[in-house]
Amino acid sequence: MSSQTLTMAAALNLALADALEADPSTLIFGEDVGALGGVFRITDGLTARFGEDRCFDTPLAESGIVGTAIGMAMNGMRPIIEMQFDAFAYPAFEQIASHVAKLGNRTRGATRLPLVIRIPFGGGIGGVEHHCDSSEAYYAHTPGLTVVSPSTPQEAYSLLRAAIDSPDPVVFMEPKKLYWSKGEVDTSLTAELRKAQVVREGSDVTLIAYGPSVAIALEAAEAQAAEGRSVQVVDVRTLTPFDDATVCAAVRSTGRAVVIAEAQGFASVASEIQARVFEQCFEHLEAPVRKVTGFDIPFAPPKLEHWYLPDADRIIDAIDSLHWEG
Amino acid sequence: MSDPLSLLPSPAQVELLDERGQLTDDDRFVRPSHERLLSAYASLVTARRINEQCSALVRQGRLAVYPSSHGQEACQVAVAASLRDTDWLFPTYRDTVAVIERGVPASETIVELRGDWHMGYDPLAYRVGPQSTPLATQLLHAVGVAQAAKFRGESTVVLAMCGDGATSEGDFHEALNFAAVFKVPVVFFVQNNEFAISVPLSRQTAAPSLAHKAVGYGMPGERVDGNDVAALLAVLDIAVDSARAGDGPSLIEAHTYRMQAHTNADDDTRYRERKEVQRWIARDPLTRLRTYLRAEQVLTDTLEAEFAEAAEVVAAELREATSQDLDLDPESLFTHVYAERPAMLDAQWRMLQDEIDRTEVAS
Repeated sequence: MSSQTLTMAAALNLALADALEADPSTLIFGEDVGALGGVFRITDGLTARFGEDRCFDTPLAESGIVGTAIGMAMNGMRPIIEMQFDAFAYPAFEQIASHVAKLGNRTRGATRLPLVIRIPFGGGIGGVEHHCDSSEAYYAHTPGLTVVSPSTPQEAYSLLRAAIDSPDPVVFMEPKKLYWSKGEVDTSLTAELRKAQVVREGSDVTLIAYGPSVAIALEAAEAQAAEGRSVQVVDVRTLTPFDDATVCAAVRSTGRAVVIAEAQGFASVASEIQARVFEQCFEHLEAPVRKVTGFDIPFAPPKLEHWYLPDADRIIDAIDSLHWEG
Repeated sequence: MSDPLSLLPSPAQVELLDERGQLTDDDRFVRPSHERLLSAYASLVTARRINEQCSALVRQGRLAVYPSSHGQEACQVAVAASLRDTDWLFPTYRDTVAVIERGVPASETIVELRGDWHMGYDPLAYRVGPQSTPLATQLLHAVGVAQAAKFRGESTVVLAMCGDGATSEGDFHEALNFAAVFKVPVVFFVQNNEFAISVPLSRQTAAPSLAHKAVGYGMPGERVDGNDVAALLAVLDIAVDSARAGDGPSLIEAHTYRMQAHTNADDDTRYRERKEVQRWIARDPLTRLRTYLRAEQVLTDTLEAEFAEAAEVVAAELREATSQDLDLDPESLFTHVYAERPAMLDAQWRMLQDEIDRTEVAS
């Protein structure tokens, strides 16, 4: 199968269409996903193609969306539900933490919930309050959930297909600022959950990132290449269950690491990765593991957003601090 | 859209057999047959015995906790009796009796109360939702199960239970709303036992009754004497048949009374008067039905003995299930979190396993 150039939004749309085509037990629902095709058009055309039974709008009630998805998954369906923006998913948090995450364990595996909760997250679109949050830490901290974030259109296609096929519930965090970014997508390429990937080889320092931060990390790497530094970039892809093996092997090969994520740094996924890498790679480290994250403040208003978001310069400052002399 | 007035509950709660065991003159409903009432009575005897036995097991320290449905057995029995094998029941934490009546073995039902796991039965095998403690969240699961069944064209009905306290939760609202909007075959059964731990119904709602909430969702609501198994069966039959025929969801409020404290850990003398509790003894669900069936000469000494014996079998099963010290496997803490245990958890189990080995060596 040859590849085509698609936006991430189109890649996600294609993944959803291919999944609905392949498995009659899949269905999509959420707010505005039907006739409108979703506020980001991710479900564009799916109701027209598959009918209202397979892709439909719900009442405006996030707990209801997740709660009914749980029931459908208990009774033989594979729901793929959309939360409109990540901060809007909070009303569903009890259903996610108390039931989505726990039902498989509670029933000793008798009842698995093969559902996917798609959540647009992160900033960089000049959005007003509550439209740019990074809530992945709440989900990553909850055992039983698989949390995934794609960094490119190809990753979006392959990881979403893998998430839909998984017997476990997956929270799929989509970097909304990348929805219109373009890339090659080969639908025959599969992606494995729970596996990180080295996306740029390098020997001097390892940048560890996920979702929207991978592109920024690559930007920093390219800039550093011009300065003579060889920067390796690892895309985490599945935030939890975490791939210690791949990430730590990468860090051991360079001896220096910076973890990059947009979310507020305190008690974050970035902090967890930083701690794990420190613990498991200490003997191989030339310098402390650093992290570059958002500040510990509510996400900035649109006109101040650029001060908040980690950029290549902030990453390079962190790289510069990694004890290069002697 | 139906005439809104037709969705409102009857002016008074439906009662077919009063507390004296006399038939009322309410002729709007089909009275259950003697055969069905006799079967219900047998179930009530077992239900009462289950409540007594489990409460005893708590006093003996064999069960960690038991939220008793003592006094509410008519509700517990009627919900199970109104469903087909292919239907689903979604209980709350207080509905252990209903779960057993539905066919889940008593020993599997009390696993959570025994403390060795979070629940003990396979929901899909018995078509019974887990008894978990968050309130009203299971109502949405019930709606989803019904939606999936409807999607596949099955004739399944889902009976979703909750208490009066749970009607204040947001998920109660969302569940009824989704069920009505999508016209899903769910019967919402609210057991109003007048208390949410210590908080009375008057603090949960200012509505004329919980059944009156139904009209707001566009579904019919009815209120029933929750200690009258005849009325419960009659009203449930209509609701279940209606859902099965594709007419959508409905709400039944069964007014009963929680005769005991919330659980053994609660001190109900702090919030209610003994004489209020005592008034409800006269309304006991078993007494009125026994009086009626004996008067009709349908219930005999022989049958009573038979029913008592059958109840003892279940009580014995409960005692048996709590009499052994179980062999608990710590690895199970890690096994079921995901379909396949991830490397992260492999490492943690190895760490715990090492701790256990060193403890065993030391002891």
